[in-house]
Amino acid sequence: MRRFTLTPYLVWMVLFTVVPMLLVLYYAFSVPTAGGTTWSLENFSRFFEPIYLRVFLRSLSLAVISTAICLLLGYPAAMIMAGSAFKRKNVVMLLFVVPMWMNFLLRTYAWLTILERSGFINSVLAFLNLPRLNILYTDKAVILGMVYNFLPFMVLPIYSVLSKIDKGVVEAAGDLGANPLQVFIKVILPLSMPGVVSGITMVFMPAMTTFVISRLLGGGQFTLIGNLIEQQFLVVGDWGFGSAISVVMIVVILLSMAVMSFFEGPERDVALW
Amino acid sequence: MRIWALRALQNPNHKKGVRSVSRLSKTLAVLAALVLLGAAHSGCTRDKPTIYVYNWGDYIDESVLAEFEKQTKIKVVYDTYATNEDMYVKIKAGGSAYDVIFPSDYMLTRMIEEGLVQKLDLTKIPNVKYVEKRHLGWDYDPANEYSLPYYWGTVGILYNTTMVEDPVDSWDILWDPKYEKEILMLDSQRDSIAVALLKLGYSINTLDEQELAEAGELLKQQKPLVLAYVVDEAQDKMIAGEAALAVVWSGEATVARSQNPDLAFAIPKEGTNLWFDVMAVPSNAKNPEGAMKFINFMLDPEIAFRNADYTGYAVTNGAARSMLPPEISQDHSVYPEPEDLVNAEVFVNLGQTLSIYDRIWTEVKAH
Repeated sequence: MRRFTLTPYLVWMVLFTVVPMLLVLYYAFSVPTAGGTTWSLENFSRFFEPIYLRVFLRSLSLAVISTAICLLLGYPAAMIMAGSAFKRKNVVMLLFVVPMWMNFLLRTYAWLTILERSGFINSVLAFLNLPRLNILYTDKAVILGMVYNFLPFMVLPIYSVLSKIDKGVVEAAGDLGANPLQVFIKVILPLSMPGVVSGITMVFMPAMTTFVISRLLGGGQFTLIGNLIEQQFLVVGDWGFGSAISVVMIVVILLSMAVMSFFEGPERDVALW
Repeated sequence: MRIWALRALQNPNHKKGVRSVSRLSKTLAVLAALVLLGAAHSGCTRDKPTIYVYNWGDYIDESVLAEFEKQTKIKVVYDTYATNEDMYVKIKAGGSAYDVIFPSDYMLTRMIEEGLVQKLDLTKIPNVKYVEKRHLGWDYDPANEYSLPYYWGTVGILYNTTMVEDPVDSWDILWDPKYEKEILMLDSQRDSIAVALLKLGYSINTLDEQELAEAGELLKQQKPLVLAYVVDEAQDKMIAGEAALAVVWSGEATVARSQNPDLAFAIPKEGTNLWFDVMAVPSNAKNPEGAMKFINFMLDPEIAFRNADYTGYAVTNGAARSMLPPEISQDHSVYPEPEDLVNAEVFVNLGQTLSIYDRIWTEVKAH
């Protein structure tokens, strides 16, 4: 019975995950020649040229910065929500989740009008006689867009782990003489690491590969790795190079997951939220 | 039944879990059967003549479609795309059978070379006689065997007369430091590199690496002055007065000017890219007969006039043009005369050489 119900899932996986992956690998490791295609590492050597490395490093740094900001904002938020003194848990939870019901593109477009020169923020600033804020079409707007869009993916896993921590453990630490800071550093933080790790992974990956946010809010001035891949497939038609970049990205993400799981420790069976 | 299935899904640890699953799979089987029946049913309706039209977004007065259906009894299924490349990928993949598409000049050449479009049957398109002769026979399809032009236009500078005091007649103004962070460029490799090539006095179809490198340098120099590289947003940003100068296609300029009277459009003296969006029929069209009828219908002066009036783009149809108000049909920025176009060039499909353009553009963007 179980095998039977598993079949559709397996077929789906093979058709839409395994086969495409193999195709990506095939294109990445081959180049077209006069007579057909030959195996080659040319696509990869091209990626390691300075201009493409610069694009890669810029994507990496923007993704790291926005993940860090998400963590700094998200962890305290999750802690407040998980605290027993906080009564409106469900309302706040809803506030985090409801925006995600709206289309991601639409929410990013909204930032365009909020940030523009005669937009909402600047109208308010002008009304208060404050100088205008011109951050649209800069790195800052891209980071803002990433933090805004990906913050829930940081808060929810951390919240879920924090709210499952046995209160007895925290109380015991207090009874044994630990001050609140020590309780946090020695008890709560280590126990919440699985949530932090899955939060970081879930923010870092989309931040590293986004091409919509950088195009809309960065005004197309900052080619990120996602834009580069998109260009290869849609405009240039160089599937080999596009696939090679994708393979590099997969490797980067696998590596980051390996590093993460090292920190995650033995408690692997923690749900995402 | 649906609510029940949902409950079973929501509550997998339900006491009757195992039974639920088997019932769920039965439900799924029934659903699958219904879907199959539905597919078979839609197969039947396919017999009623239908054409599938794939056009740019906001590129037609959609009320003319109903009129076509009434006249010919052919049902029209209408889809839109945002870029030539989106359309190309979909046609190339072959999963969808469209009967009429609207590629731009260079894209049509590529599709002809790859055998993705079929020859038109001009005997079934008598309205071709209304198309102005000067819009036929361009290099992208020299004998117009595969395509007939729909709209045409140029690339130029849309500017806000309250923000720009200098005369706008040259691409040089886009490199004037006075307009730092007031300039919108096109986020499109070929179009933006073409602007730099035109400023340098080179052909916009050049394959000379030296000339292309110079154009790339020029674009890198310009980058600190550029507010953003955009495509669709340029029109809105200019209407809202968010920038002083923008590189746009002529049709967009017409729309923007109708909404903000401070805006003006100029075709720089160094030259421009003359472009055509054409009507063509993919090789895998299911109803080429209907497609010819549709193309003929679109070239009817009255219909072409309504489309031009609605979208603001310049029609290739001489009879339709004369129906437009003179302030549009005689406006050289909308309908340039041959003397305005001495330095104009049509894009040629560059094939694999496009990768040089991509490299230069990536260098500019990563700068």
